[in-house]
Amino acid sequence: MLTKRIIPCLDIKEGRTVKGVNFVDLRDAGDPVELAAAYALEGADELVFLDITATVENRKTLIELVTKVAATINIPFTVGGGISSVADVSALLAAGADKISINSAAVKRPEVIDEMAAEFGSQCVVVAIDTRYVHGKHLVHTHGGRQATDLDTIQWAKEVADRGAGEILLTSMDHDGTKGGFADELTAEISASLSIPVIASGGAGSMEHFKDVFTKGKADAALAASIFHFKEISIPDLKAYLRTSEISVRI
Amino acid sequence: MTQVDPMSTVIIKYNSGNVHSVDLALKRLGVQAELTDDPEKIKSADRVIFPGQGEASTAMRYLKERKLDTLIKELKQPFFGVCLGQQLLCEHTEENDTTCLGIFPIKVKKFPAIEKVPHVGWNDLLEMKGPLFEGLTDASFVYYVHSYYVELSEYTIAKTHYMLDFSALLQKDNFWAMQAHPEKSGSVGARILENFLKL
Repeated sequence: MLTKRIIPCLDIKEGRTVKGVNFVDLRDAGDPVELAAAYALEGADELVFLDITATVENRKTLIELVTKVAATINIPFTVGGGISSVADVSALLAAGADKISINSAAVKRPEVIDEMAAEFGSQCVVVAIDTRYVHGKHLVHTHGGRQATDLDTIQWAKEVADRGAGEILLTSMDHDGTKGGFADELTAEISASLSIPVIASGGAGSMEHFKDVFTKGKADAALAASIFHFKEISIPDLKAYLRTSEISVRI
Repeated sequence: MTQVDPMSTVIIKYNSGNVHSVDLALKRLGVQAELTDDPEKIKSADRVIFPGQGEASTAMRYLKERKLDTLIKELKQPFFGVCLGQQLLCEHTEENDTTCLGIFPIKVKKFPAIEKVPHVGWNDLLEMKGPLFEGLTDASFVYYVHSYYVELSEYTIAKTHYMLDFSALLQKDNFWAMQAHPEKSGSVGARILENFLKL
């Protein structure tokens, strides 16, 4: 049976993980490779690396990091942050990334999704959508959620799927950082209207929130950062809990 | 981890996406494989791995242009087709109505649009039979990304269920094949690769 995926997200700045982590057993908690290996061993189903600085100067550092991660871990991983062209994707895939995620660049020029899917296949193109509820509407936001657009989130999700996105990473800016639960209703609406998987992100605070986003939210995967980094929830405990809640997970 | 015998392993190099990641997975097992499309090197290798990712007709065209299609059919050493590599070893795929290598006289079909397609994520291997699964338990999950599946047949040595049962792995004579990505399937995938290298 196909299982629901649990995906820790690592924020990267100049080749190092930035969010404070307290993996006590790590020699260097700021080393993304070591942290990635620890998550893989714990039972993470995939990993996402998000380059939050994403400047031209940092590209080389990021490529070096991707090369090391690919040599070390044996589960799929996605790299995002500042990707805007087929050439960017080509370099990251050649370094060993399994998938890439694009966000603002897709909003700016939607054809880039078609180009990436045609060149590398839909399976490696994840489109990240940051959404916020504004004046009664779910609107797409860019630049880390700071800039509003007039794109309706559900319409945009359909469009990126039609253009060849392989998966959607949906982050609710209203829920992100609140630890009050994922955006179950919106996630469900998008997941039900698309034939590609939806990864829910933003708002994870308890194990129950994961159960809710998989059941009520119809998500195919759930992503979180700080609760995993700070060991508020361990992946083995979370998966054991989900299994007792009759949600299919890989243990 | 048991030690794999020092012998020559080649990965067939062609216009496919995951050649590099298969190579890295072998390195993690301590195996230095050679990436090559040189017919002589492929013929003389002890083990041949045939990865695959992408579109079937493009891959078949590439193999034919280099006459790798006839070469593959003549190989006698243990041969492992992975992901699209499994599909290409079959007779025909519905993906762009493509005639494939025909090692396995069976068809590759598109998943019905009942659930989400592609089938993405971790799913378990069922009814595993034979030496490739040595050391694995019943709850063995592997990572899938595919829109087309190989139908069940007498060559099926493990199946997986997604909407329907399909051939997760196949075997006929020296030819072995797997739909999921062993190179991305954690310790289970590593064990399957290791078991293949020990055949």
